Amino acid sequence: MLTPQIAVFLVLAAVAVAGAVSLILQRHPIHSALSLIVVMVALAGLYLLQGAEFVAAVQIIVYAGAIMVLFIFVIMLLNAGEEERTNVSRAARFVGVPLGIVFLVEVAYWIGRATAHLSSPPTQMVSTRDLSSLLFREYVFPFELTSFLILIALLGALVLARPEGSE
Amino acid sequence: MLSAILFGLGVVAFIFKRNILTIFMSIELMLNAVNLAFISFSRLLGQLQGQVFVFFVIVVAAAEAAVGMAIIILIHRNRGTLNVERVDSLKD
Repeated sequence: MLTPQIAVFLVLAAVAVAGAVSLILQRHPIHSALSLIVVMVALAGLYLLQGAEFVAAVQIIVYAGAIMVLFIFVIMLLNAGEEERTNVSRAARFVGVPLGIVFLVEVAYWIGRATAHLSSPPTQMVSTRDLSSLLFREYVFPFELTSFLILIALLGALVLARPEGSE
Repeated sequence: MLSAILFGLGVVAFIFKRNILTIFMSIELMLNAVNLAFISFSRLLGQLQGQVFVFFVIVVAAAEAAVGMAIIILIHRNRGTLNVERVDSLKD
């Protein structure tokens, strides 16, 4: 029953969840960031397992590379130290935890229901060619829009973070 | 198997709810969880659209990270703290 695929999946899933938990528990932001990188890499492995090779590569390059470098850069720039122990207000604790659990159960239930009658097809690698033709034929307009979005984000970041007093 | 993936994803999406400084990283984590759901369903339904959508999510996440970082730097410069409990001018 335990095919190699399922075994690999279990290991990767465990790594991802462990990384996420560690992200929560670490007090120092830089440790959290490193845990997040572990999660990203595990997720890339999961994508690969499901035949999405190109997405896995993009995940590594963009997330584990670019975004996390940005995070770590900012953490170091701001010299962020240990997070002070904050007393979470009682209301937040009493409402937040049950709410989170309820949400978790609900999502798991609906996903289980939605996938109950579907049998998982054999994994076939999705060729990057198919993906790109879909992306550039059917979704070319959203694609261009995202490039515009990136441009705006770039300008916005520059305007927000420019040195004080400079016009 | 796949619903198990998504269950793990749900765990991931839930756990990080009440952190202070790492809130931003939590957002990235949530986006990743959603990406995993997209990929899984894309395979389950045998359609490629899910993967295309993942690309857009990644792009938006990158843009959001850039702007968010700028805002964080700005908050740090103006208030000298990274603790969201202290950024409470609206309360006064």
